[in-house]
Amino acid sequence: MTDTSAIISAMQAEQDETSAAEHGINTEEWSRLITRLNRKPNLVELGIYSVMWSEHCSYKSSRRHLSKFPTKNKHVIQGPGENAGVIDIGDGQAAIFKMESHNHPSYIEPYQGAATGVGGILRDVFTMGARPIALVNALRFGDPSHPKTRSLVAGVVAGIGGYGNCVGVPTVAGETEFHEGYNGNILVNAMAVGLADQDKIFYARGATPGNPIFYVGSKTGRDGIHGATMASAEFSEGDEDNRPTVQVGDPFTEKLLIEACLELMATDAIQAIQDMGAAGLTSSSVEMADSGGENGEGIGVEMDLDKVPQRETGMSAYEIMLSESQERMLMVLYPDKIDLAKKVFEKYDLDAEVIGMTTDTGRMVLKQFGETVCDIPVAPLAEDAPNYDRPWVEPKKRAPLDMETIPEPEDYGEVLLKLMSCPDMASKRWIWEQYDRHVMGDTVDSSQSQGNAAIVRIHGTNKALAITSDCTPRYVAADPYEGGKQVVAEAYRNLSAVGAKPIAITDNLNFGNPEKRETMGYIVKAIEGMAAACRALDFPVVSGNVSLYNETDGIAIPPTPVVGGVGLIGDLDKVATLKGAQPGDALILIGETKGHLGASLYAREILELDGEDAGPPPPVDLETEQQNSDSVRHLIEQGLVNAVHDVSDGGIGCAIAEMALASGLGIAIDDNIAKDTEALFGERSGAFLVAVAPEVMATHHMTGDRGTQIGSIDDSAQVLGLPLASLREAHEGWLPSYMSKVD
Amino acid sequence: MKTAVIVFPGSNCDRDAEVALRQASGSDPAMVWHKDGTIPDGTDLVMVPGGFSYGDYLRCGAMAANSPVISQLHAHAERGGYILGVCNGFQILCETGLLPGALMRNTSLDFVCKPQTLKIESANTAFTSAYDGVAEISIPIAHHDGNYVADDATLDKLENEGRVAFRYVGNPNGSARDIAGVISENGRVLGMMPHPERAIGGHEGGTDGIALFESLMTAA
Repeated sequence: MTDTSAIISAMQAEQDETSAAEHGINTEEWSRLITRLNRKPNLVELGIYSVMWSEHCSYKSSRRHLSKFPTKNKHVIQGPGENAGVIDIGDGQAAIFKMESHNHPSYIEPYQGAATGVGGILRDVFTMGARPIALVNALRFGDPSHPKTRSLVAGVVAGIGGYGNCVGVPTVAGETEFHEGYNGNILVNAMAVGLADQDKIFYARGATPGNPIFYVGSKTGRDGIHGATMASAEFSEGDEDNRPTVQVGDPFTEKLLIEACLELMATDAIQAIQDMGAAGLTSSSVEMADSGGENGEGIGVEMDLDKVPQRETGMSAYEIMLSESQERMLMVLYPDKIDLAKKVFEKYDLDAEVIGMTTDTGRMVLKQFGETVCDIPVAPLAEDAPNYDRPWVEPKKRAPLDMETIPEPEDYGEVLLKLMSCPDMASKRWIWEQYDRHVMGDTVDSSQSQGNAAIVRIHGTNKALAITSDCTPRYVAADPYEGGKQVVAEAYRNLSAVGAKPIAITDNLNFGNPEKRETMGYIVKAIEGMAAACRALDFPVVSGNVSLYNETDGIAIPPTPVVGGVGLIGDLDKVATLKGAQPGDALILIGETKGHLGASLYAREILELDGEDAGPPPPVDLETEQQNSDSVRHLIEQGLVNAVHDVSDGGIGCAIAEMALASGLGIAIDDNIAKDTEALFGERSGAFLVAVAPEVMATHHMTGDRGTQIGSIDDSAQVLGLPLASLREAHEGWLPSYMSKVD
Repeated sequence: MKTAVIVFPGSNCDRDAEVALRQASGSDPAMVWHKDGTIPDGTDLVMVPGGFSYGDYLRCGAMAANSPVISQLHAHAERGGYILGVCNGFQILCETGLLPGALMRNTSLDFVCKPQTLKIESANTAFTSAYDGVAEISIPIAHHDGNYVADDATLDKLENEGRVAFRYVGNPNGSARDIAGVISENGRVLGMMPHPERAIGGHEGGTDGIALFESLMTAA
């Protein structure tokens, strides 16, 4: 028997500053809290404040800087502030997308952490009425030689696959990198893209008083309590003991939830909807209440927690409100639609209960066992959350590399082999072959072709979305402003390289502890650099996530602001990939011949320069970036190019190696590049390689203003004197061989 | 040809099956919900699609094999109707006893998704007649439990009776005798791990699956 009176008295017990500190609420926040409340909170109320004011939910360190991002262009239907961003893709349809991190849980329990990361981001998208059509993930692990790395890779990949494969949404693209800076804090960033009709988009906002609050999906258990608070603190050794705060995923229930929600959304039953993600029932109900009302003036909620479907007995109000059990949704229904909604969820054997009502009081009132266990105003929870102007210092500019001290290598082929088989460049086939890339039958191009961006057809049409995720932490560490520009520019370039018109991005900003001035400096400058590129390229941010405190024992991760870009392809017959080159094609470089070795892959892998010594990143000229991207897109639209690849990590050398591997052909390049390290392996922004047939070369002006011929495609099956077979073996071999080792 | 697709909770290739059948037959297949749906009278071909029925938390296909719709599937088979089970559908057909053998975890223990070369073992079946003269095709696979097992006597019988439709060229999952797809004794039921519905054009999976559906359209 549950001792209800013991639970109630524990819930109603007045809390003090010490207890608040244990909840991660500092002295200043405590005094703000009791001023707003005009009294001290009880345990349930304190728990609710602590998660709503956590970094994870309130963005208290980053909010004032995030406002620097442009969030609108003519395609944007919904920018940041809802579950996901929404863009107009024509014909009455919309693409809905967002990227989100699950870094801390994935380090503690890699399989479930990564799996629930996928589940959470899918819910963000289908909550808004979209059918999810693609998943992408950006992963960063520690040094391969670190004792934990291999098991983390295995667990995260299995978790992403286990969830995405089961739920039946293709995982079409991704990136995976390794660096010792992630030894204690891996990054698992998952992006979902969905498709909806513009007249069937659902929002968290807009609920009005007097309507039923409807809970659907899985039962609430004790898993994940205080996950949002965990994600807002640094790690130290032994934090693996936090495993009970990691949620457990159930992709089967998620699949049912997708189908049931979309079925209900086809009717006019739902007034507002919010998934239960971080901070579960607390944040979903607070956010709906705060953004409720016809003009967003806010409403109140009253919920009877005894009605919440529970997996365990004897759960307290505190546990119910803070649980992060997965696969749950909260809706506000129109009153006459309750029976209809219940019937839909019954079909899928999902729990569905009315657990409360919206009110006009502006207060959140919670009852358990007939007693009031929480009665607080809603507004301070969301709107009055702390908004810090953290002190920061601008990172020091790095001195350029002294080229005099850098010798030309003896064998350029050997260098290429080494670069193409280094952990960051090596093929990630071992990973993406574990992901179902083809379910839903619309995957036109995926990781399988190792292209610039994935191409996913818009079902039933000849249009498609191009999707990419990008970040070069080397550059951001070297110069956060230029590096931030480059992150956005690279996404723009990758989308253009397949023939798509870039529309908008989602971002996932992963950094260390913002309370440290140096780290905060990286956050501020990277955001400013990204914002500058977003403005120049008309490529706004429509959704995103911030993950801070990625530090262990005081050591921060490399600054890693990841971008997920989405572009539109109007005609699938006009796309390009890097595999279509033919023998005899000319290889044209669109962009600068001169490369930069500063902060390059070559500097790190071959010259073994790290940190300050590696020098500054290549500069980003946003005007050139846009011109060159536009030029390549036009060439693709006119059908003038056989293959396209952007020039990024490892410069022209690695770009031609990838094109050669994709087509199985050889590529010969001119000596002024092939025998000049800076030109060959140096990196640059805004550059592309395109393969052009001889007859097109004869009839179109492909060089001059537009580009420079730097070589040609042949059937030698060689690059830089290196047989493709050995290049392939080294490139494909590293990861499987690494993963099959036993310590 | 009249077609139907069974939808279990957790099926996720049901829409892909629907698209492939519509493309091949020119009309919409009936989508039959496992719990209360009925396979319409006069249905010629029932497709049991891929996915993770009931999450595959128990043995793959074991729960679905006990779902209400299965009695109708048995009746359809007894009438001599055609049945195509793909991936999870193959696993379900083995669990219902409509096909012999079972599908175990891949020997790599990992999920595997890639284009897979298959050898057409017999073009003399209702499912493969349009592959006449074709030696090998490429069809995408995507599974965690595709390792086909049966006792030697069963395997011998399948081979002797020409009931092995496809074999893997480069075995991806450890299947006995490289078997990728098997046919029932009456020649009307095919179960296969590769996904022909993902190889019907306009897609990374290619076009080699089209002939399978064409074969069926001329069979009934």
